[in-house]
Amino acid sequence: MSEPSPAPKLPVSLVANPRLSSWVRFSGEGRVTISPGKVEIGQGIVTALAQIAADELDVDITRIEMIRASTATSPNEGVTSGSLSIQQSGRALRHACAEVRQRILAAASERLGVDPSLLEVDDGTILGTGNVRTSYWELAGEVSLDHDATTGARAKSIAKRAVAGHSTQRVDIPDKVFARPRFIHDHARLGLLHGRMLRPEISGAKLISLDETAAHAVPGFIAIVRDGGFAGVVADSEAAAEVALKALRKGATWSAAEPLPDEDDLAGFLKSQPVETTVIDTRTAASTKKAARTVRRQYTRPYIAHASIAPSCAIAQWDGGRVHVWTHSQGVYLLRADLAIVLKLPAENIVVEHMEGAGCYGHNAADDVALDAVLLAKAGGGRPVRVQWSRHDEMSHAPFGAAMAIEIEADLDADNEIVGWRHAIWSNGHAARPGRATQPALLAASEIANPYPRMISTNPPAANGGGGDRNSVPLYDLPAWTITSHRLLTMPVRTSALRTLGAQGNVFAIESVLDEIAALRGEDPIEFRLRHLRDDRAKDVIRATARRAAWKPERRSGVGHGVAFARYKNTGAYCAAIAEIEGADDIRVRRLTLAVDVGEAINPDGVINQIEGGAIQATSWVLKERVRFDRTRITSTSWTEYPILTFSDVPAVDVEIIQRPEIEPVGAGEAAHGPVTAAIANAVYDCLGVRVRDLPITRDRIIAAMELAS
Amino acid sequence: MPVIEFQLNGAAMAVDADPDQSLLDVLRGRLGITGAHFGCGAGECGACHVMVDGRAMASCDMPMWSVADKDVVTTEGLGTVEQPHPLQRAFISEQAMQCGYCVSGILISAAALLKRNPSPTEAEVRAALDRNLCRCGSHNRMVRAVLRAASEMATS
Repeated sequence: MSEPSPAPKLPVSLVANPRLSSWVRFSGEGRVTISPGKVEIGQGIVTALAQIAADELDVDITRIEMIRASTATSPNEGVTSGSLSIQQSGRALRHACAEVRQRILAAASERLGVDPSLLEVDDGTILGTGNVRTSYWELAGEVSLDHDATTGARAKSIAKRAVAGHSTQRVDIPDKVFARPRFIHDHARLGLLHGRMLRPEISGAKLISLDETAAHAVPGFIAIVRDGGFAGVVADSEAAAEVALKALRKGATWSAAEPLPDEDDLAGFLKSQPVETTVIDTRTAASTKKAARTVRRQYTRPYIAHASIAPSCAIAQWDGGRVHVWTHSQGVYLLRADLAIVLKLPAENIVVEHMEGAGCYGHNAADDVALDAVLLAKAGGGRPVRVQWSRHDEMSHAPFGAAMAIEIEADLDADNEIVGWRHAIWSNGHAARPGRATQPALLAASEIANPYPRMISTNPPAANGGGGDRNSVPLYDLPAWTITSHRLLTMPVRTSALRTLGAQGNVFAIESVLDEIAALRGEDPIEFRLRHLRDDRAKDVIRATARRAAWKPERRSGVGHGVAFARYKNTGAYCAAIAEIEGADDIRVRRLTLAVDVGEAINPDGVINQIEGGAIQATSWVLKERVRFDRTRITSTSWTEYPILTFSDVPAVDVEIIQRPEIEPVGAGEAAHGPVTAAIANAVYDCLGVRVRDLPITRDRIIAAMELAS
Repeated sequence: MPVIEFQLNGAAMAVDADPDQSLLDVLRGRLGITGAHFGCGAGECGACHVMVDGRAMASCDMPMWSVADKDVVTTEGLGTVEQPHPLQRAFISEQAMQCGYCVSGILISAAALLKRNPSPTEAEVRAALDRNLCRCGSHNRMVRAVLRAASEMATS
């Protein structure tokens, strides 16, 4: 295998943060400190990054200490999202570690009098010919890493990587099974106070007046913080804060609700709002085959809750005009930028430090609660204040994944071959993360006395994978298409980034229509897809899945099989899924078979874990999940009202990785959702003969589809 | 406030507590035992499960008065790094989590299951964990881990 040539340009995260010492340091006692800007959200990123560093530096992974991201010390890598951490942080670390190794070997060569090419590194010990040796730690004092990265360093060849590319046990798991505090929720700080937020149960209601008397009388009460419509209570224990909040709620009067849409006519609502329309992509046919007919289909996806198992939590502590914030936000610098706007403080006065929370799957209330804690901590007298949201608020005030209506029109010729394709999306924007606009995106910022307007969600640009339009451009070689996105300019239900943004909805729509056209043609849906793909990696994952699931199993009554495929963002991981379902009154997904190609899989078991998890979460979305509301309030505020898949409902999941060590790695966290969604819907058709085009696929929806078909 | 006596992870405990306060509050707020996690406060998610007289129960809505003279075990009481419970070993071997927030409650439900049924079927494991929610989709790994622990305990 040939040696890789020097990188022609630096990885993006290194361009933004070129100083080598901000990524890698040698500490005493044979330790290596690695400081990425990306954060652990349960996806195993910290382990994968440690693997990359261990490999490039030739040290045992147990010597590596991974530092949690903090604005005080860490490189600024924006937000941990979009399945980009391996691409961004992984590439930067691989390069930075290669350069650090090269610099140290140059110094070792001088000290030992041995040509650098003859030096070897074994677990941090540098060995030359004739049994001469030194180590990273002996040389650490001599070799300054306060240099900017250059393009000259060469990472190891694939053949020489011993850690990356092999399954490695995650570094955070032992703490979690032995209940050693690791989550922000379990973080003990001296003098910790506890805060709770008073928020309306009615959508969009504003706090008009507040009788504070009863709350003041609660033992352990410390303070009420009120700033316009923002109100919360601080007490010396969680229990006292809860009691005081109850008292406070009794004394609150609220304005009327801002009306919510009709939850049973989401498409009607989405299509009747003012929108900003963007043509995402067009392709004009080379030949002008005539359309004999047009298949028109509409698909909808409901609002979906992030529904983390832990309610959002943050700790803040003021010291004069400076504040320290502990948060499970996905972007410490972005959160700091919004806090600086609201607090009217220079960013340097704010330190935002990451601590692990429960899986968030996108932009939940992690950032909102951080501002809540900062505001309540003003009444803490210099003591740290920990704020935790209630389950109710987590399920009603945090942003949701946006509802979508998608229309596809496929023009078919006389042989039912596709000659034209139009795909139109109506949806709120899929991103309203903090730190990206001149106005803050944090909930409390819209509640304080001089409120900022509530940010209407937007869509990331196509270069970043788009938002509502993510995965709307077919990867298939269709002769002509027009893809249009209509982004709503109103936002009665708060939306922001949920895992995959619009990709789940768009892949569901595209893969459902294709399945329908294949059936119309009497063509095997896998053959049909392969015939329309030009990308060999795409074809390989589909073929691998088909092989693994023994496609197509013999027809049995009451059992159905469906297939679907997507390449996440059209630039990320390739994933194909085959679903086996049992259908009678209810749908039960029995087995999901998937194949995935992420290029080089740094931690193969970690990739499998992400794909399995994505597949199971997608199954939950498809079969169960839908944010419920009436015209004045979100009503799905508990696990009873917002059920998710349980252990007995979970299908068997079988994953094959196509390892391509020669191809730069991409993330795996969002690859499975779209394909699994469509594969289940297509299996429902195979089993029951009806197409359900509105998610979730429930008994009522199946009955409605059957009535429509008959 | 009355003194409520109970066993916690094998040690005698006497806590001066409001009888209506929840066990979870006392564990986390008073005793600094953070293995049991708050998830919903309504006994619907299992993140706060502890073993009470050998049964897995939600501690978030369990009043202290009902704990008097009972034997309470939290994740901290299952095992240690030096002497891990077979379930703790198995969860590491199977890498049975993503974020891990639900895991301590699941370990407790699984430990209670293995106490009453040392060799459960897969379906019995799933049924025993149905009161525990996992949002990351690590269910199948956890089920494999419980079955692995059961077979390890049977042969040891």
